[in-house]
Amino acid sequence: MEITVQEFKHCDMITVKGRVDSATAPQLAQALEAANEGGKYKLVINMSELEYMSSAGFRALLAAQRNSKRYNRGEVVMVSVPDRIREALELAGFTELFKTFDDSLSAVGHF
Amino acid sequence: MKNVQFSAKFEFLDEIREFVGDIARDGGFGGKDVYNIQLATDEAASNIIEHAYEGVADGILELSCGMKADAIKIVLIDHGEPFDPASIPMPDLKADLSERKIGGLGIFLMRKLMDEVRYESHPETNSNTLTMIKHKR
Repeated sequence: MEITVQEFKHCDMITVKGRVDSATAPQLAQALEAANEGGKYKLVINMSELEYMSSAGFRALLAAQRNSKRYNRGEVVMVSVPDRIREALELAGFTELFKTFDDSLSAVGHF
Repeated sequence: MKNVQFSAKFEFLDEIREFVGDIARDGGFGGKDVYNIQLATDEAASNIIEHAYEGVADGILELSCGMKADAIKIVLIDHGEPFDPASIPMPDLKADLSERKIGGLGIFLMRKLMDEVRYESHPETNSNTLTMIKHKR
Protein backbone atom coordinates (compact mmCIF):
# COMPACT_ATOMS: atom_id res chain seq x y z
CA MET A 1 0.00 0.00 0.00
CA GLU A 2 1.17 3.49 -0.84
CA ILE A 3 -0.32 6.81 0.24
CA THR A 4 0.25 10.20 -1.34
CA VAL A 5 -1.26 13.48 -0.20
CA GLN A 6 -1.95 16.35 -2.56
CA GLU A 7 -3.07 19.73 -1.26
CA PHE A 8 -5.74 21.73 -3.04
CA LYS A 9 -7.06 25.13 -2.14
CA HIS A 10 -10.20 23.85 -0.41
CA CYS A 11 -9.37 20.22 0.31
CA ASP A 12 -6.67 17.56 0.43
CA MET A 13 -6.64 14.53 -1.82
CA ILE A 14 -5.32 11.34 -0.28
CA THR A 15 -4.50 8.73 -2.92
CA VAL A 16 -4.35 5.15 -1.68
CA LYS A 17 -2.69 2.62 -3.97
CA GLY A 18 -2.41 -1.14 -3.65
CA ARG A 19 -4.02 -3.21 -0.92
CA VAL A 20 -5.47 -2.18 2.42
CA ASP A 21 -5.89 -5.01 4.95
CA SER A 22 -5.30 -5.46 8.69
CA ALA A 23 -1.55 -5.20 8.07
CA THR A 24 -1.65 -1.92 6.14
CA ALA A 25 -4.82 -0.23 7.47
CA PRO A 26 -2.95 1.33 10.44
CA GLN A 27 -0.87 3.30 7.93
CA LEU A 28 -4.03 4.60 6.26
CA ALA A 29 -5.53 5.46 9.65
CA GLN A 30 -2.34 7.30 10.53
CA ALA A 31 -2.38 9.35 7.31
CA LEU A 32 -6.01 10.31 7.90
CA GLU A 33 -5.33 11.23 11.52
CA ALA A 34 -2.32 13.30 10.47
CA ALA A 35 -4.52 15.25 8.04
CA ASN A 36 -7.12 15.89 10.75
CA GLU A 37 -4.45 16.88 13.26
CA GLY A 38 -3.09 19.32 10.68
CA GLY A 39 -6.49 20.98 10.58
CA LYS A 40 -7.54 19.30 7.31
CA TYR A 41 -11.10 18.03 7.50
CA LYS A 42 -12.13 18.22 3.84
CA LEU A 43 -10.64 15.08 2.41
CA VAL A 44 -10.94 13.32 -0.94
CA ILE A 45 -9.89 9.68 -0.89
CA ASN A 46 -8.74 8.75 -4.39
CA MET A 47 -9.18 5.00 -4.91
CA SER A 48 -8.43 4.80 -8.64
CA GLU A 49 -5.36 2.61 -8.00
CA LEU A 50 -6.72 0.75 -5.00
CA GLU A 51 -6.77 -3.00 -5.60
CA TYR A 52 -8.24 -4.29 -2.38
CA MET A 53 -9.74 -3.12 0.90
CA SER A 54 -10.96 -5.22 3.82
CA SER A 55 -13.10 -4.07 6.75
CA ALA A 56 -9.90 -2.92 8.48
CA GLY A 57 -9.73 -0.18 5.84
CA PHE A 58 -13.44 0.58 6.23
CA ARG A 59 -12.81 1.10 9.94
CA ALA A 60 -10.09 3.71 9.21
CA LEU A 61 -12.40 5.54 6.81
CA LEU A 62 -15.26 5.54 9.32
CA ALA A 63 -13.08 7.02 12.06
CA ALA A 64 -11.88 9.76 9.70
CA GLN A 65 -15.42 10.55 8.57
CA ARG A 66 -16.61 10.83 12.16
CA ASN A 67 -13.76 13.13 13.12
CA SER A 68 -13.95 15.26 9.96
CA LYS A 69 -17.70 15.85 10.14
CA ARG A 70 -17.62 16.92 13.78
CA TYR A 71 -18.67 20.58 14.24
CA ASN A 72 -19.55 20.63 10.53
CA ARG A 73 -15.94 21.35 9.77
CA GLY A 74 -15.64 19.05 6.79
CA GLU A 75 -16.19 15.57 5.41
CA VAL A 76 -14.49 12.64 3.73
CA VAL A 77 -15.57 11.83 0.17
CA MET A 78 -14.41 9.04 -2.12
CA VAL A 79 -13.51 9.13 -5.78
CA SER A 80 -12.98 6.42 -8.45
CA VAL A 81 -14.01 3.53 -6.22
CA PRO A 82 -13.29 0.23 -8.04
CA ASP A 83 -16.42 -1.91 -8.55
CA ARG A 84 -15.45 -4.75 -6.22
CA ILE A 85 -14.53 -2.40 -3.41
CA ARG A 86 -17.74 -0.45 -3.97
CA GLU A 87 -19.75 -3.66 -3.69
CA ALA A 88 -18.14 -4.54 -0.37
CA LEU A 89 -18.72 -0.98 0.90
CA GLU A 90 -22.35 -1.26 -0.16
CA LEU A 91 -22.72 -4.59 1.57
CA ALA A 92 -21.35 -3.00 4.74
CA GLY A 93 -23.80 -0.11 4.42
CA PHE A 94 -20.95 2.37 4.01
CA THR A 95 -22.01 3.99 0.75
CA GLU A 96 -24.65 5.96 2.65
CA LEU A 97 -21.99 7.47 4.90
CA PHE A 98 -19.71 8.76 2.13
CA LYS A 99 -20.38 10.81 -0.96
CA THR A 100 -18.70 9.19 -3.96
CA PHE A 101 -17.57 10.79 -7.21
CA ASP A 102 -16.56 9.31 -10.54
CA ASP A 103 -13.67 11.67 -11.23
CA SER A 104 -11.30 13.69 -9.07
CA LEU A 105 -12.23 17.00 -10.67
CA SER A 106 -15.81 16.79 -9.44
CA ALA A 107 -14.69 15.42 -6.06
CA VAL A 108 -12.32 18.34 -5.49
CA GLY A 109 -14.94 20.72 -6.90
CA HIS A 110 -17.39 19.51 -4.26
CA PHE A 111 -15.53 21.54 -1.63
CA MET B 1 -7.66 -30.02 -0.26
CA LYS B 2 -4.40 -28.13 -0.18
CA ASN B 3 -3.00 -27.34 3.25
CA VAL B 4 -0.70 -24.60 4.38
CA GLN B 5 0.35 -23.18 7.75
CA PHE B 6 0.90 -19.54 8.48
CA SER B 7 2.28 -17.74 11.45
CA ALA B 8 -0.77 -15.88 12.81
CA LYS B 9 0.38 -12.41 11.79
CA PHE B 10 -1.29 -9.76 9.67
CA GLU B 11 1.75 -9.59 7.38
CA PHE B 12 0.77 -12.98 5.91
CA LEU B 13 -2.72 -11.90 4.85
CA ASP B 14 -1.39 -11.19 1.35
CA GLU B 15 -0.20 -14.80 1.01
CA ILE B 16 -3.42 -16.14 2.56
CA ARG B 17 -5.49 -14.26 -0.04
CA GLU B 18 -3.24 -15.48 -2.85
CA PHE B 19 -3.50 -19.09 -1.67
CA VAL B 20 -7.32 -19.18 -1.76
CA GLY B 21 -7.47 -16.90 -4.80
CA ASP B 22 -5.38 -19.27 -6.93
CA ILE B 23 -7.54 -22.26 -5.99
CA ALA B 24 -10.77 -20.34 -6.64
CA ARG B 25 -9.51 -19.10 -10.03
CA ASP B 26 -8.29 -22.58 -11.06
CA GLY B 27 -11.64 -23.94 -9.90
CA GLY B 28 -13.44 -21.70 -12.37
CA PHE B 29 -14.71 -18.84 -10.23
CA GLY B 30 -14.97 -15.47 -11.96
CA GLY B 31 -12.99 -12.41 -10.94
CA LYS B 32 -15.71 -10.95 -8.74
CA ASP B 33 -16.23 -14.20 -6.84
CA VAL B 34 -12.47 -14.68 -6.45
CA TYR B 35 -12.24 -11.22 -4.89
CA ASN B 36 -15.12 -11.96 -2.52
CA ILE B 37 -13.67 -15.36 -1.52
CA GLN B 38 -10.36 -13.64 -0.78
CA LEU B 39 -12.13 -10.93 1.21
CA ALA B 40 -14.09 -13.46 3.31
CA THR B 41 -10.93 -15.47 4.03
CA ASP B 42 -9.01 -12.32 4.95
CA GLU B 43 -11.78 -11.29 7.36
CA ALA B 44 -11.81 -14.77 8.93
CA ALA B 45 -8.01 -14.89 9.29
CA SER B 46 -7.88 -11.31 10.61
CA ASN B 47 -10.44 -12.19 13.29
CA ILE B 48 -8.43 -15.22 14.37
CA ILE B 49 -5.20 -13.23 14.54
CA GLU B 50 -6.85 -10.33 16.36
CA HIS B 51 -9.17 -12.19 18.76
CA ALA B 52 -8.30 -15.91 19.06
CA TYR B 53 -4.59 -15.13 19.29
CA GLU B 54 -4.88 -11.83 21.11
CA GLY B 55 -1.63 -11.34 23.01
CA VAL B 56 -0.14 -14.54 21.58
CA ALA B 57 3.10 -14.01 19.68
CA ASP B 58 3.59 -17.44 18.11
CA GLY B 59 0.10 -18.53 17.06
CA ILE B 60 -0.32 -20.84 14.09
CA LEU B 61 -3.08 -20.57 11.53
CA GLU B 62 -3.80 -23.69 9.48
CA LEU B 63 -5.52 -23.09 6.20
CA SER B 64 -7.01 -25.79 3.96
CA CYS B 65 -8.72 -25.04 0.70
CA GLY B 66 -10.05 -27.05 -2.21
CA MET B 67 -12.78 -27.46 -4.79
CA LYS B 68 -15.48 -30.09 -4.37
CA ALA B 69 -17.86 -30.34 -7.31
CA ASP B 70 -19.08 -26.78 -7.90
CA ALA B 71 -18.00 -25.37 -4.55
CA ILE B 72 -14.91 -24.07 -2.85
CA LYS B 73 -14.32 -25.11 0.73
CA ILE B 74 -12.05 -23.13 3.02
CA VAL B 75 -11.14 -24.38 6.48
CA LEU B 76 -9.23 -22.29 9.02
CA ILE B 77 -7.96 -23.96 12.18
CA ASP B 78 -6.47 -22.14 15.14
CA HIS B 79 -5.39 -23.13 18.63
CA GLY B 80 -6.29 -19.90 20.35
CA GLU B 81 -9.21 -18.70 22.43
CA PRO B 82 -12.58 -19.95 21.20
CA PHE B 83 -14.24 -17.18 19.29
CA ASP B 84 -17.66 -18.00 17.93
CA PRO B 85 -18.69 -15.64 15.13
CA ALA B 86 -22.34 -16.40 15.91
CA SER B 87 -21.91 -14.73 19.31
CA ILE B 88 -21.09 -11.41 17.65
CA PRO B 89 -24.18 -9.27 17.11
CA MET B 90 -24.89 -8.18 13.56
CA PRO B 91 -23.83 -4.60 12.95
CA ASP B 92 -26.61 -2.05 12.54
CA LEU B 93 -26.08 -1.01 8.94
CA LYS B 94 -28.69 1.72 9.18
CA ALA B 95 -27.17 3.47 12.19
CA ASP B 96 -26.07 7.07 11.90
CA LEU B 97 -22.44 7.90 11.48
CA SER B 98 -22.05 8.71 15.17
CA GLU B 99 -23.59 5.42 16.28
CA ARG B 100 -22.05 3.19 13.67
CA LYS B 101 -20.09 0.34 15.21
CA ILE B 102 -17.34 -1.25 13.24
CA GLY B 103 -17.10 -4.43 15.32
CA GLY B 104 -18.66 -7.48 13.72
CA LEU B 105 -18.35 -6.09 10.23
CA GLY B 106 -15.80 -8.69 9.16
CA ILE B 107 -18.07 -11.53 10.28
CA PHE B 108 -21.04 -9.87 8.62
CA LEU B 109 -19.10 -9.72 5.34
CA MET B 110 -18.05 -13.38 5.66
CA ARG B 111 -21.68 -14.42 6.05
CA LYS B 112 -22.82 -12.26 3.16
CA LEU B 113 -20.04 -13.28 0.77
CA MET B 114 -20.04 -17.04 1.42
CA ASP B 115 -22.92 -19.51 1.19
CA GLU B 116 -22.05 -21.28 4.41
CA VAL B 117 -20.04 -20.27 7.48
CA ARG B 118 -19.64 -22.85 10.25
CA TYR B 119 -17.66 -22.62 13.47
CA GLU B 120 -16.70 -25.45 15.80
CA SER B 121 -14.71 -25.32 18.98
CA HIS B 122 -12.91 -28.47 20.16
CA PRO B 123 -11.73 -27.95 23.75
CA GLU B 124 -10.32 -31.50 23.92
CA THR B 125 -7.76 -30.71 21.21
CA ASN B 126 -7.64 -27.01 22.00
CA SER B 127 -8.57 -26.13 18.45
CA ASN B 128 -11.21 -24.09 16.67
CA THR B 129 -12.40 -24.75 13.14
CA LEU B 130 -14.02 -22.26 10.84
CA THR B 131 -15.43 -23.70 7.61
CA MET B 132 -16.66 -21.57 4.71
CA ILE B 133 -18.26 -22.80 1.50
CA LYS B 134 -19.19 -20.96 -1.65
CA HIS B 135 -20.89 -22.46 -4.71
CA LYS B 136 -20.40 -21.37 -8.29
CA ARG B 137 -23.46 -19.70 -9.75
